[in-house]
Amino acid sequence: MDENKLNTYAQNTWCPGCGNFAILNAIKLALNELTQEGLPFENIVLVSGIGCHAKIVDYINTNSFYSIHGRVVPAAEGIKLANPALKVIGFAGDGDAYGEGMEHLIFSAKRNIDITMIIHNNRVYGLTTGQYTPTSPLGFRGRSTPQGTKELPINPLELMLASGATYLARGTSHGMELLKNIFKAAILHKGFALVDVLQVCVTYYNLYQYYDKKVYELQRHNPLDYQSALAKIREWDYNSDSQIALGTFYTKEAPTFEERASIKEPRSIDREAKIKESLQY
Amino acid sequence: MTGFSILIGGKAGFGIDKSGFIIGRILNQLGYRVYIYRDYPSLIRGGHTFSIIRASSERIAVHEDKVDYILALNQDCINLHKKRIKPSSIIIYDSDIVKLEDGPEGVRQSGVSIAAIIKEENASEIMRNTCVIGAFCKASGIKQDILETVLKKEIPREVDLNLKVAFRGFDAVKELGKIEPLSQNPLPLLSGSQAMGLGLIKGGLNTYIAYPMTPSSPLLHFLAEKAQDYNLEVIHPESEISVMLMALGFAYAGKKVAVGTSGGGFCLMTEGLSLAGMSETPIVIMLGQRPGPSTGLPTYTSQTELHFALNAGQGEFSRFVVAPGDAEEAYYWSGVALNMSWKYQLPSFILADKTLAEGIYNFDLAAAGEIKEGNTVLWDRTTPYKRYANSENGVSPLAFVPDKEAIIKLNSYEHDEYGITTEEPQTTKFMQEKRLRKEEYLAKELEAIKTVNVYGEKNSSLVLLCWGSNKGVCIEAAMKLKAKVIQPLVLWPFPLKQFEEALSGVKKLVCVENNATGQLARLIKNYGFSVDKKILKYDGRPFSLDELDEALKGI
Repeated sequence: MDENKLNTYAQNTWCPGCGNFAILNAIKLALNELTQEGLPFENIVLVSGIGCHAKIVDYINTNSFYSIHGRVVPAAEGIKLANPALKVIGFAGDGDAYGEGMEHLIFSAKRNIDITMIIHNNRVYGLTTGQYTPTSPLGFRGRSTPQGTKELPINPLELMLASGATYLARGTSHGMELLKNIFKAAILHKGFALVDVLQVCVTYYNLYQYYDKKVYELQRHNPLDYQSALAKIREWDYNSDSQIALGTFYTKEAPTFEERASIKEPRSIDREAKIKESLQY
Repeated sequence: MTGFSILIGGKAGFGIDKSGFIIGRILNQLGYRVYIYRDYPSLIRGGHTFSIIRASSERIAVHEDKVDYILALNQDCINLHKKRIKPSSIIIYDSDIVKLEDGPEGVRQSGVSIAAIIKEENASEIMRNTCVIGAFCKASGIKQDILETVLKKEIPREVDLNLKVAFRGFDAVKELGKIEPLSQNPLPLLSGSQAMGLGLIKGGLNTYIAYPMTPSSPLLHFLAEKAQDYNLEVIHPESEISVMLMALGFAYAGKKVAVGTSGGGFCLMTEGLSLAGMSETPIVIMLGQRPGPSTGLPTYTSQTELHFALNAGQGEFSRFVVAPGDAEEAYYWSGVALNMSWKYQLPSFILADKTLAEGIYNFDLAAAGEIKEGNTVLWDRTTPYKRYANSENGVSPLAFVPDKEAIIKLNSYEHDEYGITTEEPQTTKFMQEKRLRKEEYLAKELEAIKTVNVYGEKNSSLVLLCWGSNKGVCIEAAMKLKAKVIQPLVLWPFPLKQFEEALSGVKKLVCVENNATGQLARLIKNYGFSVDKKILKYDGRPFSLDELDEALKGI
């Protein structure tokens, strides 16, 4: 497929240098390759929440559901369960997925619904002009916490592992090839997949240089082993100054919700006759 | 009109509901029309739960305070219902558990050693119900073969033992009264929830999503139980927020979907409701009202969410609100709600309450009205697909994923015809008008359907105005006063023309509502109509017929 076909006429309004461009370009590359490898283009449905990340659905010419803050996951679940043949990819910010919408993320992982969640985790609220998020480090000075936050961040990957997610990975907005490959793997994975992207907000929390110094790609790691995955996920808790691993932490074969529910195409049933039959006495 | 009432009561968790239903069935077999009122506290075991089964030669939809038979399985059943006893009442009680003093002059009472029978037959405690039903049949002169027929149909397990226990009850008492059979064919008995479920199914429902909450749970349970029969998806997710958003996902993919909840759960759904309004996604909400604010009285009834349903959700968008008053209306209007949602791509409400959702009515399918499916406007493939393409009535043709020829973009933001976000003032105004135009066309279409019911003396200048489950009580009370009853079935878009016509000749307008402020009275005030008197009840219980009769004295 011609890559330009994925573009829309919408004017891109992200800040110059925004980490979202990397996600946009990587997902377009990934979708392009996947459709060339046989994924029907019309089966792709993108879902987004609210925030800078959410504009991504305006910039990609595919089916999309531009949803509301925190609710990407249930909208994506509904679409997937309505038609399991669809490839449903959700985009959410860290405030969106880990703050307002956390309950949905946990339950979707628990159900192992076959959707892919890509989290634009810039660890700051951008569109509301710079407040702390669930993954901001302790003491983060934002516009709602000028004296610094008094709470530790959560480690979303650890939480997702505990909740039953069957594919977990991390990328950054520097490193397109890795990002594209992770996206492809996550989309092709059967079951609930989450990719935490350390996407940089150049305006409110510019961590490009910091991440460049800290990140490394996972080598000789066995993603099929739960304990190894947990250890690697715990290496960096989103607060400490340790090294930050990138790549696939965990992957597991497991039945999905839709397989267990055996959701099929509707059979034709004479409902009127059945209703009348049920009213017989 | 001839009739009588039976009260059966005992501890919660011991089958009182089912027993009430079985008694209803027996009376049905005798040609009576039946309505069952169910009263239970918010606990799982213990407390006092009771049903009043009212039988009549005519169709009815309300209970009476006074009862002709009391079937008492615990002491509370006597202590709490003394005021319901008439001199002609008959009391049948478990003499092993209930201590009975002499009742008022004339009251006939018969104790049955039910606990002992249960023990002797090695039966389970729940069969005390079957035993008292057997005793009731004998005491009221109902033949044993009718008892047997109904028990065989209604008891799923241990039929033989149940029959044995019932016959022992039957043999333990004398005939004390005589319920005369009528020459009418029986009609099915359905709860309002079952009727709503069947209406949605007939209307083409594919998916039902709900989080449990009284009084909407019976609809969830009914549809979950029938999912295999009708090929439905029934899903119970983590919260009402998820319910609403999942439902919109289903609708986006072309599946006809409904959700159900009560006020508290609906609070959580409102952001998703507003998304449905903006994204023009069809959705049906069954809103079962119960007393609030907040937790209120979970297992009791009210009509307090009319203005909530009319105004819920940020922004201004089209919606459709119906308030059925009995099982047939619940069936028909649930189907209509689903179809209008899909025709006009907007949220539809079925505004119910505990009285309707859990009340049990005779149901006449032939009289309910035919639900027609299939008026969704689909894309004709002649021009490139635009999800929000402009049209005369504001309705944009639908296409569903996956479609090789269409890219379908849904948007919660203000958007252009293609579904791409915009903040441009002209497009904003244009799209806002497009969305609101749908409601105007819906209102026009509704003019051709009967949306305001009128009962009683059509020329009377005294009018009882009601909505929803108060229909039954108002019709009967009005009969005695030779008054007229007006019941708007559609509450939004408000059926102004039909309402005005119904009101012609009125001198005294009395509204009857289960709330503390008169919510329908407040709604009609917007159109320049004022009520002369409000009869309001807000103790969590529905009006009984006696109670409304009393309130109407001197009017």
